[in-house]
Amino acid sequence: MSNILECKNLRKQYGKLVALNDINLELPEGKIIGLLGPNGSGKTTLIKLASGLLVPSSGQITVGGNAPGIESKKIISYLPERNYLDNTMTVNQLIGFFGDFYPDFNKNKAVDMLTRLNIDSARKLKTLSKGTKEKVQLIMVMSRNAKLYILDEPIGGVDPAARDYILETIISNYNEDATILISTHLIADIESVLDDFVFIKNGEIVMQSSVDKIRDEQGKSVDALFREEFKC
Amino acid sequence: MAWDFESDRSIYSQIIEHFELSILSGELLPGAKLDSVRELASQASVNPNTMQRALSELERIGLVYTQRTNGRFITQDLSAIENARNNFAKKHIIDFLNRMQSLGLNKAQIIDLIEKYYEEDLQ
Repeated sequence: MSNILECKNLRKQYGKLVALNDINLELPEGKIIGLLGPNGSGKTTLIKLASGLLVPSSGQITVGGNAPGIESKKIISYLPERNYLDNTMTVNQLIGFFGDFYPDFNKNKAVDMLTRLNIDSARKLKTLSKGTKEKVQLIMVMSRNAKLYILDEPIGGVDPAARDYILETIISNYNEDATILISTHLIADIESVLDDFVFIKNGEIVMQSSVDKIRDEQGKSVDALFREEFKC
Repeated sequence: MAWDFESDRSIYSQIIEHFELSILSGELLPGAKLDSVRELASQASVNPNTMQRALSELERIGLVYTQRTNGRFITQDLSAIENARNNFAKKHIIDFLNRMQSLGLNKAQIIDLIEKYYEEDLQ
């Protein structure tokens, strides 16, 4: 099986602050992978390097064999941790916008998911609640037929019902050729959805394994392991 | 509604157990058609790859079979189900016996207690 994402001696510094130190990482195709670590461990920095929003200080990162750029952006569908959409757009305009931007955007899929949620697509984004906006954003991202989905904290600020919806959307839109990378610190909620996980701590990868392997070998959940590893 | 999973063992083995129990209890009848991997993964709120692996294992042990174009079905082979019932019971009885022995009970005491509470429970 080939890798969708590879990092070699990847390093990122902000001034004197080292955010990522000598990261070596390979993420295979066809998996749902958790990027797990406490606040400030470097999760978002790694994601921004993969999506081309940041440039490495040294080392390499490739997505589908290419350094971040036009080619890699075609195959990455990225959900940032913040709402980045134009609030004055209606949901319909947003669908058109995504369709113009990304050839792999499946408009029918998006409309279908919005309809099931009873979201009126004539409404402007600014009139939607925070939770609904987050769902709309996720629907846009998951309606692309990408090779790598990168979801930065998709379940951060939503209520449990919305969280279930988000997980359900991720599962039901997953296709076995694609990889989904989900960053979060809410591990218990997401553990059963993951194949593999990566622990990141102080800018370094401290563990990469599969959820069921840890459970079989150590007799405890990844959530419990995380609490031990990152005990304050 | 997501299925409940214990945190101390693999989700894969718990999915298999969930199906075994559903089949043995008659909730899933012989010959019944299963939903697609994606639907089942959604219902259970688990990774589709894990669901797929669990279904393959159920197929290997003969509780589930695939019909090329129609999907997956519960076996109609009642002896396979009986076999699974025995294995399931055996596993739980051994677990139970180990726990009773660790409480310091011997075979005769365990059997006495079973008879006592079995009767009480039935009334």
